Amino acid sequence: MSDEVQDRIATAVNAADVLLFMKGTPLFPQCGFSSRAIAILDRLGVEYATVDVLQDQAIRQGIKQFSDWPTVPQLYVKGEFVGGSDIMMEMYEAGELTDLLAEKGIPQAG
Amino acid sequence: MPMAAEDIETMIRAAIPDAQVEITDLAGDGDHYAARVVSESFRGLPRVRQHQRVYDALGGRMGGVLHALQLTTAAPSTGIAP
Repeated sequence: MSDEVQDRIATAVNAADVLLFMKGTPLFPQCGFSSRAIAILDRLGVEYATVDVLQDQAIRQGIKQFSDWPTVPQLYVKGEFVGGSDIMMEMYEAGELTDLLAEKGIPQAG
Repeated sequence: MPMAAEDIETMIRAAIPDAQVEITDLAGDGDHYAARVVSESFRGLPRVRQHQRVYDALGGRMGGVLHALQLTTAAPSTGIAP
C-alpha cells in the first residue's frame, strides 16, 4: 500500500472530530453494519463526517491497514480509532460512547 | 465460500485456548453469524484489542470469507471457572 494513500487517510482522520469510514452514505448506507453505525451516531446527536469507501478502492484497502482492522465501518474520534459497528453498539449500550465523546469535548444532542 | 460455525469456533479456540465460544447462525444461511467470545485473557484489554485478537485468530478471513460476523467479546464476569 502506498504511503500516499496512508497520508490521505491520516489527513482525513485528523480533519474531522468524528469520522466514520463506511460503505455508502448516511442517507443510503450500502450495508447493515454501516447502517447501524449511522443509526448510533444519529441517536447520539453528534456532528460527524463520513468517507464512502465504495467510492475509492485505494481507501477501501488502505483503511484496513491504517487501522489494523479488517472490516468497514470504522469510527475515529479526534484521530483515535474507536472500533467497528459491533464495538460501537456495545459501547453505546453501556453508555461508554457518550462518555468517550464527552471526554473528548464533542457536543451531543441525543 | 461460506464458513461452517464449527470451523470458526475451532480457529478461535486454537488461538485462544480458554475461550468460551458461542456462535449463532443469524440468517440460517451459513453466512451471517454472531459470535460471542469470553476469555480470561481479554481482562483489562480495550474492546478494540479484544476484537483484534479474535480477528487474528481467524487469520485474515474476517472481512473476506467472513464478511458478516457480528462479534461480542468479554472477560468472564466472575471468578468462577466455566
